[in-house]
Amino acid sequence: MAKQAPQRVGLLQGTLDMLILRTLLYGPAHGHQIGKHIQRTTNEFLQMQHGSLYPALHRLEKRGWVVSKWETAPDRNREFKYYRLTDKGRKQLVTEESQWKQMAEAVARVMWPAREHN
Amino acid sequence: MNWWHINRWQTKKRDADLERELRSDLELEEEEQRDSGISGEEARYAALRAFGNPTLIREQTRAIWSWNWLESLARDLRFSLRTLRRTPGFTVIAVLVMALGIGANVALFTVVRGVLLKPLPFQDPNRLVMLYEADLYEDDTAGFNVVSGGMYAEWKNQNLSYRSLALAQDIRVGLSGSGGQLPEKLNSALFSWDMLRTLGVQPALGRDFTEADDNPAASGTVLLSWGLWKRRFGGDPAILNQTIDLDAQPHTVIGVMPAWFDFPDPSTQLWTPVYHDKPEATMLSFSNHQFRVVGRLKPGVSASQGVADLSIISQRVHNEHLNDPFVFRSAKSRPLLEHIVGEIKKPLYVLLEATCCLLLIACLNVANLLVARAAARRKELAIRTALGGGWLRLIGERLMECLLLSASGGALGLLLALAALQWLMQTRHDMSRIESVHIDGVVAAFTVGVIIICALFSGLIAAFSISDKRILGALHEATRSVGGDSARPTLRKVLLTLEVGLTVILLIGAGLLLKSYERLRSADMGCITQDVISMHLGIPDARYPTSAQRANFYDTLLDRVGALPGVDAAGFVTSVPGQGYGMDWSFSVVEHPPLPQGSGLFALSRWADPKYFRAIGIPILRGRTFDAGKRLDAANEVVISQSFAAQYFPNEDPLGRHLRVRGKDFVIVGIVGDTRYAIGETPRPVQYYPLDAGVETVGTLVIRSSHDLEQFALPVQRIVSEMDPDLPVSDVLTMNQLLGKSTLDQSFNTALLVAFATLSLVLAAVGLFGVDVVHRNATDDRNRHPRRAGRKARTGDAEGVAGWNAARGLGKLVVGTRKPAWKPASCCAICSMGSSRSIRRFMLESPQRCSQWPRSHVSFLHGAHRASIRCKH
Repeated sequence: MAKQAPQRVGLLQGTLDMLILRTLLYGPAHGHQIGKHIQRTTNEFLQMQHGSLYPALHRLEKRGWVVSKWETAPDRNREFKYYRLTDKGRKQLVTEESQWKQMAEAVARVMWPAREHN
Repeated sequence: MNWWHINRWQTKKRDADLERELRSDLELEEEEQRDSGISGEEARYAALRAFGNPTLIREQTRAIWSWNWLESLARDLRFSLRTLRRTPGFTVIAVLVMALGIGANVALFTVVRGVLLKPLPFQDPNRLVMLYEADLYEDDTAGFNVVSGGMYAEWKNQNLSYRSLALAQDIRVGLSGSGGQLPEKLNSALFSWDMLRTLGVQPALGRDFTEADDNPAASGTVLLSWGLWKRRFGGDPAILNQTIDLDAQPHTVIGVMPAWFDFPDPSTQLWTPVYHDKPEATMLSFSNHQFRVVGRLKPGVSASQGVADLSIISQRVHNEHLNDPFVFRSAKSRPLLEHIVGEIKKPLYVLLEATCCLLLIACLNVANLLVARAAARRKELAIRTALGGGWLRLIGERLMECLLLSASGGALGLLLALAALQWLMQTRHDMSRIESVHIDGVVAAFTVGVIIICALFSGLIAAFSISDKRILGALHEATRSVGGDSARPTLRKVLLTLEVGLTVILLIGAGLLLKSYERLRSADMGCITQDVISMHLGIPDARYPTSAQRANFYDTLLDRVGALPGVDAAGFVTSVPGQGYGMDWSFSVVEHPPLPQGSGLFALSRWADPKYFRAIGIPILRGRTFDAGKRLDAANEVVISQSFAAQYFPNEDPLGRHLRVRGKDFVIVGIVGDTRYAIGETPRPVQYYPLDAGVETVGTLVIRSSHDLEQFALPVQRIVSEMDPDLPVSDVLTMNQLLGKSTLDQSFNTALLVAFATLSLVLAAVGLFGVDVVHRNATDDRNRHPRRAGRKARTGDAEGVAGWNAARGLGKLVVGTRKPAWKPASCCAICSMGSSRSIRRFMLESPQRCSQWPRSHVSFLHGAHRASIRCKH
């Protein structure tokens, strides 16, 4: 377990929220799906433990950015808790995305100034 | 409460939901792991690895939803309650200990606040000062001298610093019987007409004195106290403008004062104008000092500027009267509040210090118990730490536990304080400002503050005694005894030693007070105190205007009282030993060369009848008592006390010499033994003049009998009322009661301090015993003392084991055997003995030296402090 710690720490505070919201833009998903999706899309780079998703999910739900509902999965004969993006969540995603962009650009300007000159 | 239930229900539902979510997702993960070819148990572990620690996730997720601090507070509270309930013995002891400590402090703080800290209920009380005369001689630093009427008038007319100066004097007056009510003697006060205006007080009913009321020509006026008005006149407003007889002089009731008004004394029941009631000569004299003067400073004028202003006037008057040796040279002042609480202030602060000591002991005690319990719960704490219980959480829980203990202790203590205050109000209604003592918001805030401080103090000591560095060690000790652990026993011993040290200090302080009180009570008054009863009695000048009438009254009275069956002797005197300073007179010795200008002699003076000395048992050492045949103007004899003879006739025989007093010569016919005018005072020279001169009208009747003393009260009263139905007889007290009354303060303070010391002794004992029991229960001491304790246990003597441990602990504390450098208890004892020297000085010296008291108590606490530092080293 301990070997995965650095990656988890590497995930910036608040970033996980944004990733989850972005994932839910494709449609409702349950915790496991969200975790798998983030992992796959990042080419397994963010090898976070799925568990760390749940506090984040519940936090989003408490803030009203997502809503949850128990539904039967289409491929399995079992109920899962599906999270769905709300309008408020969509707005939040836009805000966070633009903030992230600004941040990334700012960091890039400091880190690779040469590229700017070119 | 409904909200609470809904909240609980929601929390439960959410927990179940989360549980289900985690389980379903974890199962899915497990299935996927199995699909990828991992089999059985291995798949489950892999799933868990990918998922993370479910317990931790659950905790973290729950934290998102919970009302964070409030909920965790509630959880800590629940947990603490459960823990405390599991150990009822510990809880009860700790709560009681806290209740005693907090209760004593709250009660005393309430008194201190009511009496010392609350401003006086007068208008702008900070500008009010009490004024005194000072510097009779060049290097005179004596206390606070009352003011002469003449000097007051000079001050009033010439000063520029005071908006007003007013005058007051305590007296006693006889209120005549009327409407079937008996005559009675009342404590009263003379006010100058502007006294109430100076204080900024209005009568509740009727009007204030006016300048016109306050002169000899005006008709008499009187203000009643609320209590007297209710009691004697049924609270009937029709009393206004009615006339009552005071000392056989008619006075018109012009008003009733508010219930709270009790200046200058709590027992004052009437106020009359001073210039109307006092002879003009007294009011003009510069050498007859008997008044208290209250001044209200003008805005912007400081107290010292005011005093400087008055001192200039005094010095000028002094210079104009160089032939009179008793005119003061300057003035002195102090805030009115200080004057009112002067005598009670120091003892109160001393008692407050004692209760602080007590509280400290209580806190140490609870901390000690907690530390012992923490040691006993070490394993539990170690397991919880291993399972991820945060250090802060553990400290939080410990503090919550302490807060619970001290809060319940505080609640109980508040009840104790209430009861104590009730009791105090009843026993000490004579204390100044006692009526302003009650529990209010500030006291409540103080209580809460004390509770929090206690919780923090004891909680933090206990919390920091848990070090989480030795979890593994603690876990390993699961199979062994904790006997080898040495850190916490040391801490506990330090705490216990501090407790015992503080207790020793309190005990020594109490012991000294007790001892000096006993010495005070056994002081030789110079007269007999058994078999003597005294009664206060006075005839009004108005009805007995001639000296023959006065002398006849007392002759008849004493004859009739002396003839009562069972009376061995009866006498009359202006004041008996123990009744106070009374009056003093200046005199000169006719046979001696005249003294240089500006110096004079004075001594206590008393009027007595010839049989007084025999009645009260003052021995006649030489010569004889007054000749009963010499009466009125022919009464020219004086009897002096032994110290009078020694001081003013050092190398000659005083018998036959003459004293000149107020222009009249008296021949010395006898020398009697010394007496003390107050119980703590050294004997002073006294001159006795014959009552038969018919001058004095008020004094004390003394009856000596070997029979039941109290039985004489009624027959004497009957004789007096037969002689004059309007005369009250008051203060019927045996000499022992009289002396007991005058040492009430000392006995009260001593009793309280002894009570506190005893309490702290009990607390220290509880500390020693309780800690041992808690500790032994948890750790099984038999490992340490297999033979001794085992034998005791075999005989089923569990108490014996604990008792043995307590005794052993005490022995160790006192002697400090284990390590030679460790002798803190004896160090405490030495410190307290050092500080006790100053206490002793306070108790056995005269009241003028009272200023020693606070300093002695600084060292009192300083001793404790030093001891505690030594302990830590």
